[in-house]
Amino acid sequence: MLLNEIKFLVAKDVRLELKQRYAFNGILLYVVSTIFVCYLSFSKIIDPETWNALFWIIMLFAAVNAVSKSFVQESLNRQLYYYTLASPQAIILSKILYNSMLMGILSVLCLSVFSALMGSFITSYPVFLIALLFGSLGFSAVLTMIAAIASRTNNNFALMAILSFPILLPFLLVLMNVSNSALAGGTLEENIRYISAVVVLDCIVVAMAFVLFPYLWRD
Amino acid sequence: MGFTFKNDWWKFLGLMLIMYSIIAGFLVKLPLLDPETDTIRESMRNLFFHVVMWFSMMMMFIIGLVSSIRYLSAFDMKYDRLASQAVNVGLFFGIIGIVTGMEWANFTWGAPWTNDPQLNGAAVTILAYFAYIVLRSSLDEDHKRARIAAVYNIFAFVLLVVFIGILPRMASNSLHPAAGGQPSTMATLDNTLRLVFYPAILGWILIGCWIIQLRLRLADIQHRLLEM
Repeated sequence: MLLNEIKFLVAKDVRLELKQRYAFNGILLYVVSTIFVCYLSFSKIIDPETWNALFWIIMLFAAVNAVSKSFVQESLNRQLYYYTLASPQAIILSKILYNSMLMGILSVLCLSVFSALMGSFITSYPVFLIALLFGSLGFSAVLTMIAAIASRTNNNFALMAILSFPILLPFLLVLMNVSNSALAGGTLEENIRYISAVVVLDCIVVAMAFVLFPYLWRD
Repeated sequence: MGFTFKNDWWKFLGLMLIMYSIIAGFLVKLPLLDPETDTIRESMRNLFFHVVMWFSMMMMFIIGLVSSIRYLSAFDMKYDRLASQAVNVGLFFGIIGIVTGMEWANFTWGAPWTNDPQLNGAAVTILAYFAYIVLRSSLDEDHKRARIAAVYNIFAFVLLVVFIGILPRMASNSLHPAAGGQPSTMATLDNTLRLVFYPAILGWILIGCWIIQLRLRLADIQHRLLEM
């Protein structure tokens, strides 16, 4: 039942996106122009740590931009319509799933554009890609929940950043640790501690969203 | 309703414990450390003031968490007011904790702010709870505000506790105790210090509860004045 609802809702979101091509293209352009601004202002980065920090900061802002629309994009009337059709749990899980897919694609594109312009320091790709994958899952889960909170208020976008940054910051620190080690050629075994911490955090965030979202939804 | 010892003994106890911790905190004989490596010296007495603030802050935030959960299960506005006041008082303790910590760090580590996981954790916690206050002020409908703020409070608390619980212990380069598999502060604490440290925590928590109670009454009076 729940799985069926999630499947339909994700398919709905994907179809909406394919039809409008509004969010994805916008975010992609945002990422590319941010990277280009960085390219012009830094010209060449020689220090792997700066490269890493810059990459994750761009990812963070891209994630906030990409996810912040998830609940304000659709009109209140249509949300009311979903309310009568699906359970709140299905709605939040489908949104998280859809946003993670969006973020996953976006992060790979971001990485390739970033490496093309700024040069790449990554020596151990599997570690970096795993960090990227679980990082984008965690980012989108936290941000989807915060977007649901912020969409209930009047100043949506400012609150989105205020509410999410303190919660995302420690997430970001663990991810930067893993990717820094990936830049220095760290193996999967060395980083398993941090990666499992990120995975556990992802699970906690999804579980909390599952429990708490129904309270936000009912209005 | 005057001051009766039967009902208000805990306020009295809190005051006594803080008085005790201040007096004993400055008089107690400190354990001898190796003078060669020791950078703390007499500033160790800050343990009774700085570290205590974090414990009290955590307790206030736990009170806030519990009342948020109770609000979501009962939808009683009483719990919403309690949660918001507990967060206010917790932030007050947190800011005092940061200020006393910066003073101490300036003395022992040579700089008021170092890139230490525990310092960053404290800063992030305080930012998150300021965000809670901003969130509350940007919602004007009472019940909606209560519900949404409660959700954010629970969400942020769980994540921050996980982060603060895990991150400092995973970092190997913290200046604080309890990093990189070292025993925590509690385990290495000298017994004479404990005699002052624990009562001080209890005292500040009781005073925190008293401040919450007073602020709740004030909010109640203001609410009634508006209705008149």
